[in-house]
Amino acid sequence: MRIIRTCRALGIETVLAVSEADRESMPARAADRAVCIGPARALDSYLRTETIVHAALGTQSQGIHPGYGFLSERSALARLCEEHGVIFIGPTAAQIEAVGDKLRARAEAQRAGVPVVPGGAVTSPIEADSLARQIGVPLLVKAVGGGGGRGMKRVDRLEDLPHALQLASAEAGAAFGDARVYLEHFVTRGRHIEVQVLGDGTGQVIHLGERDCSVQRRYQKLIEETPAPGLTQSLRERIQQAGARFAHCLAYRGAGTVEFLVDVARDAFFFLEMNARIQVEHPVTEAVTGVDLIAEQLAIASGQGLRLSQADVRPRGCAIECRVNAEDPARDFQPSPGRVSEVAWPSGAGIRVDTYIGSGSVVPPFYDSLMAKIIAHAPDRASALQRLRAGIGSARVAGVASNLPFHARVLDDAEFQAGGVDTGFVARLLERGRGASDPPRDP
Amino acid sequence: MPLTAKDVAEITRLLEESSFDELYLELDGMKLSLRRGSAAPDAAVAHAPAQPSASPAPAAASPVTQRPHAAAIGDPNVADVPAPLLGTFYRAPKPGAAPFVEVDSVVEEDTIIGIIEVMKLMNTVRAGAKGRVTEILARDGVLVEYGETLLRISKTG
Repeated sequence: MRIIRTCRALGIETVLAVSEADRESMPARAADRAVCIGPARALDSYLRTETIVHAALGTQSQGIHPGYGFLSERSALARLCEEHGVIFIGPTAAQIEAVGDKLRARAEAQRAGVPVVPGGAVTSPIEADSLARQIGVPLLVKAVGGGGGRGMKRVDRLEDLPHALQLASAEAGAAFGDARVYLEHFVTRGRHIEVQVLGDGTGQVIHLGERDCSVQRRYQKLIEETPAPGLTQSLRERIQQAGARFAHCLAYRGAGTVEFLVDVARDAFFFLEMNARIQVEHPVTEAVTGVDLIAEQLAIASGQGLRLSQADVRPRGCAIECRVNAEDPARDFQPSPGRVSEVAWPSGAGIRVDTYIGSGSVVPPFYDSLMAKIIAHAPDRASALQRLRAGIGSARVAGVASNLPFHARVLDDAEFQAGGVDTGFVARLLERGRGASDPPRDP
Repeated sequence: MPLTAKDVAEITRLLEESSFDELYLELDGMKLSLRRGSAAPDAAVAHAPAQPSASPAPAAASPVTQRPHAAAIGDPNVADVPAPLLGTFYRAPKPGAAPFVEVDSVVEEDTIIGIIEVMKLMNTVRAGAKGRVTEILARDGVLVEYGETLLRISKTG
């Protein structure tokens, strides 16, 4: 939907590849043409690289925009496009591979002079044990081929390590077809801050500021904002420059995000990973910079290079985004797919809503539960928060459960309002809620 | 297969005579959305993406529409053979060769009726029903979508 909007503004015709489950969706209607590539099951539709490239060729499409799901970070799609003269609107296949392999990405970061979290590859339990003793607990077992928090296991006691290794490796093998894992020290009070970059593919790179995505539940981002609150100017600039430096070393092409773990108390930051695609939370950056990131992706893909210099990027104000998911906070955030009988999204000054859901739309049970993103922009954080609270308060979704009540609670929370929460914030908030709702016990 | 103004007029007439309020039609490379009793004077929006235009006509984004199935709905004696996957449809095993089936061909369930090519990989398509071919809807060498009706079989022969 987001991509179609920019294409339409630019006079570019769109062909949307849809599964049978999405034939009637709002984006399928909005696109100039929708082609059905297979049944609902993603393995038989959205994950079929050959089918998608064939559909592009068969409809005389010049390029493929992979969005931010499914195949966006599979080098196979980029490679097949390269082989058949279809423009892949993203980085090169080789770049996707370089950052998709988290161990290689770590090595690239070190080469770029960007600090990484203490850790490394492990191939045997014995090796893992000795490395774990070196870096200390708590630590994380992560999938080499993973990302987005999937397949990650936290280990607080060394004796739990063998089990976590086994579990993470099995999960990684099933999810990514790559069972390799590595260890990283777990920074307990870390913040997740990422840098938006654009590269022209020849080494020219600019950054469009940072985003703070520390409001996460089980490593899934829920609220993102820019600028990251409470950073010293020096730390902010060092993080931004490190992100740009990493992308520069890869001669990165297109839009990407370099993620960091930031330990504000120690004035330190570490490279986590790079996402070689546009991200869900890109609208907050667009709101403050006024840059249409999709349009820039298209410009770079069509050979126009970088149309902006670093000096052209002048962020104004603050933007905060809430991800509205079809999941029930009262039932441990269980997904709640189905037909949305009634929906009302907020509007007004400084409010942007990106969504594919209108009244009567269906949230298919097969895919991600994201329904909408509500973004508020204002001259300062307090006013942006106020706008967002009003927006979340006026949003209505009926027919499926949504996490709107959860967002309302976070936005009302004093710690969040103060700014600069760490990634453990949501877990603590939910724990507090659980304690408060427990029935009073007899003495 | 671009629709002519005459075709649209004809479809509009059919809608007027039907009991439906709305019609949403998607054909090879074009979309047509018609609504009965709409306040807008031009309720019909046809758009053929094959012809580049500077300002694409907005696709109708009405949340509730009916997708008419080309199949003779409810007729148990008619079987539609859907494309099992997206690809380029070929009616014959190779260029210049005789087609696998023609109208009036008698087919068994496992009779090969065509080939769908996906990135040079040839997939045979079988009839899946026993009977006589009454209509061939998919054209040779053209992209077919998943689920698109390739041909129609009368089970009564």
